[in-house]
Amino acid sequence: MKKLVKNLVRNLGFAAVLLAVLLLAGAMPALAASEQDYEAAFAAAAAAEKQAAWLRNEWTPTEAQLAAAKKAAAAGDFAAAITAAKEAEALAKASVFQATSESERWKDMEIR
Amino acid sequence: MHARHIFLSAIAALVGGVLACVAASAIAAPDKIDPAADAKAFQKYFTDKFPQVKFEDFVNGPYSMNEDMRKQWEEKEQFPPYEFSLEAGKEVFATPFGNGKTYADCFPNGGLGIRQNYPYFDEKEGKVVTLELALNRCREANGEAPYSYVDDEMASLTAYMAFTSRGKPFDIKIPNDPRALQAYENGKRYFYTRRGQLNFSCATCHVQSPGERIRAEVLAPALGILNAMPIYRSEWSGMGTISRRLVTCNSQTRAVPLEPQSDEYRDLEYFLSYVSNGLPISGPGARP
Repeated sequence: MKKLVKNLVRNLGFAAVLLAVLLLAGAMPALAASEQDYEAAFAAAAAAEKQAAWLRNEWTPTEAQLAAAKKAAAAGDFAAAITAAKEAEALAKASVFQATSESERWKDMEIR
Repeated sequence: MHARHIFLSAIAALVGGVLACVAASAIAAPDKIDPAADAKAFQKYFTDKFPQVKFEDFVNGPYSMNEDMRKQWEEKEQFPPYEFSLEAGKEVFATPFGNGKTYADCFPNGGLGIRQNYPYFDEKEGKVVTLELALNRCREANGEAPYSYVDDEMASLTAYMAFTSRGKPFDIKIPNDPRALQAYENGKRYFYTRRGQLNFSCATCHVQSPGERIRAEVLAPALGILNAMPIYRSEWSGMGTISRRLVTCNSQTRAVPLEPQSDEYRDLEYFLSYVSNGLPISGPGARP
């Protein structure tokens, strides 16, 4: 009986260690993917904002979201960083659209 | 018969081509830049929109639009909040630089009574020169560090120079130079172009909505809006230059402001000043 309990404890301990190793192994690629996803999302946002800057039409909320993305990434919160970067990209693209559409549309408002 | 058909087809193609070219050139032809016509239409828009406001009164911004605010302002003018800045500007203006020269050496008429002629188009440089820019160039030419375009020192200097020009009508010239016309046109485009997340142009507030409230403020008309500059703003608890005003306007629409005295802001000032030609300088001013 004593031997049986001893074996059970040993087996449970082994199972726990195995489970921990498996969990860790599973989590590592997921973490790495998140950081890569953030880097890709941030690069896309930065590229769109660069275009807005070239058009002399950056928006302050875009800059705020880019800063928030960097801050979240520095803290290791890649999910929040990706969300902020995607928001920044959407805002930057909107500012680019505004600048290009206004290149002629401003005349609609002109006093003649 | 066949030859005749070919000949007629060729004629038709030729006529069609010529017509297409004429139509295309008509579409592609840029609008003629006509500042005088613009200024006339601009002033008419405001005088038609506010027939009760005297022409000279447009320089008083929101006070020309709102009776209650006007009464408060008239009382405030007995001890104007810009007075300290005016005194400081007078003193700085007269204080010699390290090399013994003064601001008076940099400007026509010793710098007094000349505000109404700024900005001007410098044909040598091919760009618009504002009073703020000219003041800093004067400093640098005499071995002094330039002032910030958005801080009190520049506001004090321009306040004093505006004060010596009070009552003189804006007299902005656009020389017969395609670069000057383009600078004017660029300023006009900037004025009417929507920007920032709020999708506002300068005209959204100051053409479409003068006299209306935006939160607690009454919006000023674009006509004469620079005549009162620089201004003491209660909101800022201090003085503000034209540069500061443009930068904060951009920020309020959630656009990243351009650097003060960028080409765009200089051209915008050129346009806004030109269309206010004939209106008297009233600066320095005070606003809520």
